[in-house]
Amino acid sequence: MGLWFSLFTVVILVLFVFMGVGVVGLNSLFGIVIPYAALLVFLVGVVYRVGKWARAPVPFRIPTTCGQQKSHPWIKANNLESPYNTLGVIVRMALEVLLFRSLFRNTRAELRDGPRVVYGGTKWLWLAGLAFHWSFLLILIRHLRFFTEPIPFFVNLFESMDGLFEIGVPTLYMTDIIILLAVTYLFLRRVVIPQIRYISLAADYFPLFLILGVVLSGVLMRHFYKVDIFKVKELATGLFSFHPVVTEGIGLAFYIHLFLVCTLLAYFPFSKLMHMGGVFLSPTRNLANNNRMRRHVNPWNYPVKVHTYEEYEDEFREKMKAVGLPVEKE
Amino acid sequence: MSEDLSNVPKPDELMRIEHKPPRKGWMDVPVDFKPGTYSYPAKAKNLKILDMPNPREWSPTDEDWKLPENWKEIVREGFKDRLDKYRSFQLFMDICVRCGACADKCHFFIGSGDPKNMPVLRAELMRSVYRKEFTTSGKIFGKLAGARELTTDVIKEWFYYFYQCTECRRCSVFCPYGIDTAEITMMGRELLHLLGCGINWAMEPVANCFRTGNHLGIQPHGFKDTLEFFADDIEDLTGIKINVPLNKKGADILFVVPSGDYFGDPGTYTCMGYMMLFHELGLNYTWSTYASEGGNFGLFTSHEMIKRLNAKIYAEAKRLGVKWILGGECGHMWRVMHQYMDTMNGPADFLEVPTSPITGTRFENAKSTKMVHITEFTSDLMKHNKLRLDPGRNDNLIVTFHDSCNPARAMGLIEEPRYVIRKVCNHFHEMPENTIKEQTFCCGGGAGLGNDENMEMRLRGGFPRGNAVRHVQEKYGVNRLACVCAIDRATLVPVCDYWAPGVEVTGVHEMVANALVMKGEKERTTDLRGEPLPGKEEVEDE
Repeated sequence: MGLWFSLFTVVILVLFVFMGVGVVGLNSLFGIVIPYAALLVFLVGVVYRVGKWARAPVPFRIPTTCGQQKSHPWIKANNLESPYNTLGVIVRMALEVLLFRSLFRNTRAELRDGPRVVYGGTKWLWLAGLAFHWSFLLILIRHLRFFTEPIPFFVNLFESMDGLFEIGVPTLYMTDIIILLAVTYLFLRRVVIPQIRYISLAADYFPLFLILGVVLSGVLMRHFYKVDIFKVKELATGLFSFHPVVTEGIGLAFYIHLFLVCTLLAYFPFSKLMHMGGVFLSPTRNLANNNRMRRHVNPWNYPVKVHTYEEYEDEFREKMKAVGLPVEKE
Repeated sequence: MSEDLSNVPKPDELMRIEHKPPRKGWMDVPVDFKPGTYSYPAKAKNLKILDMPNPREWSPTDEDWKLPENWKEIVREGFKDRLDKYRSFQLFMDICVRCGACADKCHFFIGSGDPKNMPVLRAELMRSVYRKEFTTSGKIFGKLAGARELTTDVIKEWFYYFYQCTECRRCSVFCPYGIDTAEITMMGRELLHLLGCGINWAMEPVANCFRTGNHLGIQPHGFKDTLEFFADDIEDLTGIKINVPLNKKGADILFVVPSGDYFGDPGTYTCMGYMMLFHELGLNYTWSTYASEGGNFGLFTSHEMIKRLNAKIYAEAKRLGVKWILGGECGHMWRVMHQYMDTMNGPADFLEVPTSPITGTRFENAKSTKMVHITEFTSDLMKHNKLRLDPGRNDNLIVTFHDSCNPARAMGLIEEPRYVIRKVCNHFHEMPENTIKEQTFCCGGGAGLGNDENMEMRLRGGFPRGNAVRHVQEKYGVNRLACVCAIDRATLVPVCDYWAPGVEVTGVHEMVANALVMKGEKERTTDLRGEPLPGKEEVEDE
């Protein structure tokens, strides 16, 4: 159900642009109003969500330790998997965020006759996830050329690296190919692997289709339905200098691309995509395993009802005395 | 302890399972309380001792669970309260992308095939309610957004599946965001307790522990008897009379163990092991009858209950005037001591930084909490050659080591026990790497689930562990499974009997005591279990 609903929604969104721009000609709505609104929702939403998490207390220090603790000097502590200081935590987080360390560990359990269970390494999810996220980031950086003048050197650098193989005119970007393959893989595994299909919600399919739509519309307008790049840049720089201008004749493919991006931005703060911010705050990963070295303070630590030694001795005093156990009160 | 496994189908029959989920969506599959797969509910008397809500007699198979009138409001309020108090809970409700990396990491999923035992789905049982109650999209889009109504069926499902999680944290190792199902299960159980829905195998120990100091309800004179009985056994074995210091003011060290160690075999041999070691060292230490439990079933109940039961440890250390605390071999006890005790009941500023009186080593890693793990203590002794050891006495043992979940994944205690084991026995083999250290598999009976009525589920959950033991049994002839956890010493016995018959379970300090050459001991002919030492078999026969 979630799959078809999500696909249907993305198709409707595209049709919406066909109607809005292609038929009715609401260029300023789709070119100015909606992008501003979407960006506003994105910024306010993300700040609100991250702020809400950040304000929530962390009562206990509960890192998941994946390696040797620091104890004796002659036992090698694993500062990456069981960090005992801030540097260790930073490196652990960096490995997690930049290289998806935990996902790299992934295994697959398989039940065989015997009965036996065997574990094989499986790196496909890690690889596709990494390929998807990194190519997304590089594509984003590449897009800075539309918002900046002069174009920063690193944008040009990435771009020339991305088009290194110089296939086709205009050059086919590697990141475009990689992101298409990665998103397709991520979608297919959701459909093909029975357990993953079983747990998948509309909220899992929708962003995949949306991103697929963004990528496809981008690729289409670069290679097939050419749009006027100079006018696109005029619009983009106008938006970012807060002097928006409506430009005619950019081409419908661009508006589809832009509208899907706007949808993604506006949807972002309400969705699982917030894992981007959340991963930095995860208490099992961003805390040091130095519990017995440094006391962690719980801001809402409240007194609880305990059973004191006095109450205990009151109940058992005679029995304790009878067997010669020392007591406080005779 | 040998449990009755006759009611459980044979292994190949038990494992005739599908890991493929059914066609029907999970929200439409109602929970089925099948005998052998759930734990009996908490008795009213135990809840009353603890002032916990809605004490009553009931059964999970009843149609009417006799929930409080306003149960829905209670859950909603309780949910909100916990979201406000725990960043972990908020994040873990919000950021899961359902990538499924955790799915086949759970021993209960591997052993049962029940899709709701996939950690991601276990969490969705709760997230679905969270979305409905606390998110706009859930309120508007309902089922489409993965939201569902909070009904009594949901409560029943929570009860079944949050008591089918042993809070082992294995899934958390593989999650790209570190989502910890233990944390979610703990919240789920807290909410269930607000309605009076707990399990007796957790709540009876909690009630006992609150009143008598230990889970088993052993009273002070009984505790003294038990330890003195062990001392007599030790004298028979070694010819050495051992003192049992109890509630002794002015001792340097308070020693705390899980009560399983002085209650049943094979834990008792580990307990005797501690006693022999401390005697040999001439350690100025004391046991406490009031703090006679290091384990803490509060961890399987609620954060508040952890604190209520744990408070006695520091209180007793203060009353007796000791310098620091030493803790025995236990898994979940060490999760509490390492990650919660100092925060909840500290600061322990009345204690000193733990320093070994034998080697002079300052345990800097415990300088705030002031509590040291026994394998940290013993490995330090061994490193400084303070013990005379004859590992040959353990030559009839071919040993493998089971990392207990909490020491491995909530503490990082990995090499200390291995160092000790290698010093006291000559034949040690590791299980496959996907089943040890941070990837270790649960015994299947942690977090309060180690009861007899839940035996089928325990054996299913114990399958990955049992399977790995079987592997080294076939490959190296392993006949002894060592561990540093009292629950393991109870629950791995049936797991081995069922999945790897012929392998026995031992604590690490039982092997230490066997190898320990004590001053003035007579020639030993048997180990602590009364079985002949290698080379002494014929002497036995004469």
